[in-house]
Amino acid sequence: MLRNILRLEDITMQFGGVVAIDNLSLEVNENEIVSLIGPNGAGKTTAFNVITGVYAPTNGAVYFKDKLIVSNFPKGPMKKIYAGQNNGKYTTTIKKTPDQITKLNVARTFQNIRLFKELTAFENVLIAKHMRSKANWLSATLCLNYKEERKMREEALELLDILGLIDVKDEIASSLPYGQQRHLEIARALATEPELLLLDEPAAGMNPQETLELTSFIHDIRSKFNLTVLMIEHHMDLVMEISDRIYVLDFGKLIASGVPEEIQNNQTVIDAYLGVPDDDEE
Amino acid sequence: MKTSKNLIYSLILAVVTLALLFFLEVNKAKYGMAYTVLTKGIILAVVAVSMNLVTGFTGLFSLGQAGFMAIGAYVTAIFLIPTNSIEEVYYMSGVSPAILTFKTWLESTPLWFQSLLPYIALTAGGLVAALFAALIGIPVLRLKSDYLAIATLGFSEIMRAIISSPQMDTITNGSYGLKKIQGFSSLIQVFLIAAVCITFMILLIRSTYGRAFKAIREDEIAAEAMGINLFKHKSLSFIIGSFFAAVSGGMLAMFMRSIDAKTFTVSLTYDILLIVVVGGIGSITGSILSSLLVTASKEWWLRFFDSPLYIGSFQVPLFKTGFRMVIFSVVLLLIVLFYQRGLMGRNEFSWDGLAKAFNKLKSKSSNKGGSKIA
Amino acid sequence: MTLSTLFQHILTGISLGGAYALIAIGYTMVYGILRLINFAHGDIFMMAGYFMIFAMVSLPWQIAIPLVCIITVILGVVIERVAYKPLRSAPRMSIMISAIAISYLLQNLATYLFTALPRAFPEIPFLKKIFQIGNVSSSLVTFITPILTIILVVGLMFLINHTKIGMAMRAVSKDFETAQLMGIRINNVISATFAIGSFLAAVGAILYFTDRMSVTPFSGMLPGLKCFVAAVLGGIGSIPGAMVGGFVIGLCETILVAMGYSTFSDAFTFTLLIIILLFRPTGLFGEKIIDKV
Repeated sequence: MLRNILRLEDITMQFGGVVAIDNLSLEVNENEIVSLIGPNGAGKTTAFNVITGVYAPTNGAVYFKDKLIVSNFPKGPMKKIYAGQNNGKYTTTIKKTPDQITKLNVARTFQNIRLFKELTAFENVLIAKHMRSKANWLSATLCLNYKEERKMREEALELLDILGLIDVKDEIASSLPYGQQRHLEIARALATEPELLLLDEPAAGMNPQETLELTSFIHDIRSKFNLTVLMIEHHMDLVMEISDRIYVLDFGKLIASGVPEEIQNNQTVIDAYLGVPDDDEE
Repeated sequence: MKTSKNLIYSLILAVVTLALLFFLEVNKAKYGMAYTVLTKGIILAVVAVSMNLVTGFTGLFSLGQAGFMAIGAYVTAIFLIPTNSIEEVYYMSGVSPAILTFKTWLESTPLWFQSLLPYIALTAGGLVAALFAALIGIPVLRLKSDYLAIATLGFSEIMRAIISSPQMDTITNGSYGLKKIQGFSSLIQVFLIAAVCITFMILLIRSTYGRAFKAIREDEIAAEAMGINLFKHKSLSFIIGSFFAAVSGGMLAMFMRSIDAKTFTVSLTYDILLIVVVGGIGSITGSILSSLLVTASKEWWLRFFDSPLYIGSFQVPLFKTGFRMVIFSVVLLLIVLFYQRGLMGRNEFSWDGLAKAFNKLKSKSSNKGGSKIA
Repeated sequence: MTLSTLFQHILTGISLGGAYALIAIGYTMVYGILRLINFAHGDIFMMAGYFMIFAMVSLPWQIAIPLVCIITVILGVVIERVAYKPLRSAPRMSIMISAIAISYLLQNLATYLFTALPRAFPEIPFLKKIFQIGNVSSSLVTFITPILTIILVVGLMFLINHTKIGMAMRAVSKDFETAQLMGIRINNVISATFAIGSFLAAVGAILYFTDRMSVTPFSGMLPGLKCFVAAVLGGIGSIPGAMVGGFVIGLCETILVAMGYSTFSDAFTFTLLIIILLFRPTGLFGEKIIDKV
């Protein structure tokens, strides 16, 4: 039974006069792997930032497991220059901060790897466990939570083991090779115990061999951690092979959606990627 | 095996330190300078570690140390001025009735309570400072941390201005300051209080909260994506740091026996920053070592910079009052420009590290000796 | 309070505000370009006061004033080259510590060279001339300060908006790296910024200390802090904002002093900072900056 886990409704994100996302609606169902693709600057990462609470959208709403987590409507100076439709449809403002959204079991990775660079791989994963700690600062300082602390460490080690990083657990994150840094970022995201995992270009900077391995890797973690994955990616081989469904963005607008075969043969998508010949633009 | 060996080393170090302190206590008169330097050094170590907690581990640049220390010092002083000499201390404009009632109430408390008074006083000073820190933190810590530096610096200067203002005469005794503050019973007591404070901060840094602080230092956006509430954790670090700065201020008041607003100028904050930078931003043991080292240099070893120096009948130029502080500021600048890791960088002292450093030194010198066996 | 004393206070306030505005511009320009709170700026201002004292010992004011401005500008630029330039790519905190080290050094150097005791600031005869409008009388410096401030700000705005170096400054403050890639000589632009800031601080110091009559090594501390608050109030990075902020703070402070709350006039500035940061962190004229993720 497909159950809807993430739903974006009429999301518009404007930075002053620039419309980064224009009326985007999309859905991700439980246990699916969905890709968000589009040329550079199409607004994919901005969409991630809206979902994870980094930006408050100008208009629209985000539901996670049918619960409203982000909602906004244009107001103040934005109201004057608002470019989208549905002005006034959303009247409540709900803005959860990124940490609150992570607590709801939504985790993400970053396009330009954002590890805690000077800390070890182990510490990186352990930090992600902090949020689930029940100890307050005083009892943690006085080591009264030693049982919980031990459990946190065990779980972190287990994750490092699963992701093949156990041998480098005491290495400083920034000293790891690129591929391992990407893996570590995923390990860290998994440590927050997500149901929905947002991957922002997981294959960026990887060689063809590593990219190939990523397909089975993502399948693996999905089944192991019972995940739903929403992924931004440019490697079309990977996208077509792994995705259950694909959404295509161009200049902030949704131009197509569907299963990989549909997207592959969609003329609008091909135009967006290859560009329309000049004489058509008249 | 190895850990037990290191434990033994640490125990030996502790015993040696205690024996040394005991020896100094007995021969106080003979080694007055060493006694003073050790006391002041370890007191400043507490505030240096607290600054390191906020700045080195959480990545927040707070410059309010002098202000928080002033709060701690004045609260502690009011607790610890003997009731029968209070009129004498406030001879200029009289005591505020509130303080008088409070002091008489303290008199009526049971004896065991009164014997704990120094500890209660220090804690109370810390709590008041923590309250102020929370109030400043609410607006400032939600923003870029640049503003924290200027807001805390401003707070500290204004605290000093308020303390010395005539309107506060009956509480802080204005510009005359407070005197006759009950001192420490022994050097060992100073070290024990300092040890408890510093151990607490070390445990905090090693706990899961300390790891969250480090995450914030490394990358705020990633930390937030890991579910760490930035404001809550920044406030926590800032408030605890301010608490211990105030405890250190209270200890300073107990050590000096008399305080006034001039003690707590911005220069004091800068002195502490110097200690932290010399020791290595992000190293607790570095801060402690550097605190003792800087204090010894300032109060003892480098004192001669400040008095005219004669070689025969020739007076060496430059040597006069204030030269020492010029040297210290140049040292701070040089470290920031050329040797940012300071003494310890972000490392902590460990016996293994010491052995490693020792071996490195040995191999270096043997290489120089030119042994070409290999 | 009669009407004429009220006018008197307002006049004093505007005058003080003018001096604050000149210093605040230095903060706002440096922050706009380097994102650095130049903690040493207040101390540069203090040093300018001392320079004036020594220049006036043997020189007439007509020569002393330009000379002091030149020396202060050199001091400002040298500080930038020595203490900030090597740290361009270092973490932000290092540059801030470097700025503090310079502030610490200047204070200690001034104590060492000139002792901590207040030094009398020389009287510039024509600035001290008593001037009268209606019932309000004051020395000429009180009238000159705000006028000079406005002239300087207008001149500066012209420089920023209509000259090549001004365009370069605007470009650098918008985007440091891109400006560099566009072939703008970053170091020259930064030096020019420090030169302008120090020049204005020197002018501000002469006007401010003429009114205050003495200088100590710590004279720069509180005015420096207040002027940073003025810059934040106006919206950090905005020059007209810094001017308005300076005038507002000068006026409020004078009025509080007139009402008998002289110590709390300092606390007021601090409270103001907190209030701005709570309700309008971008200040009156500041732009909102969005962090890229």
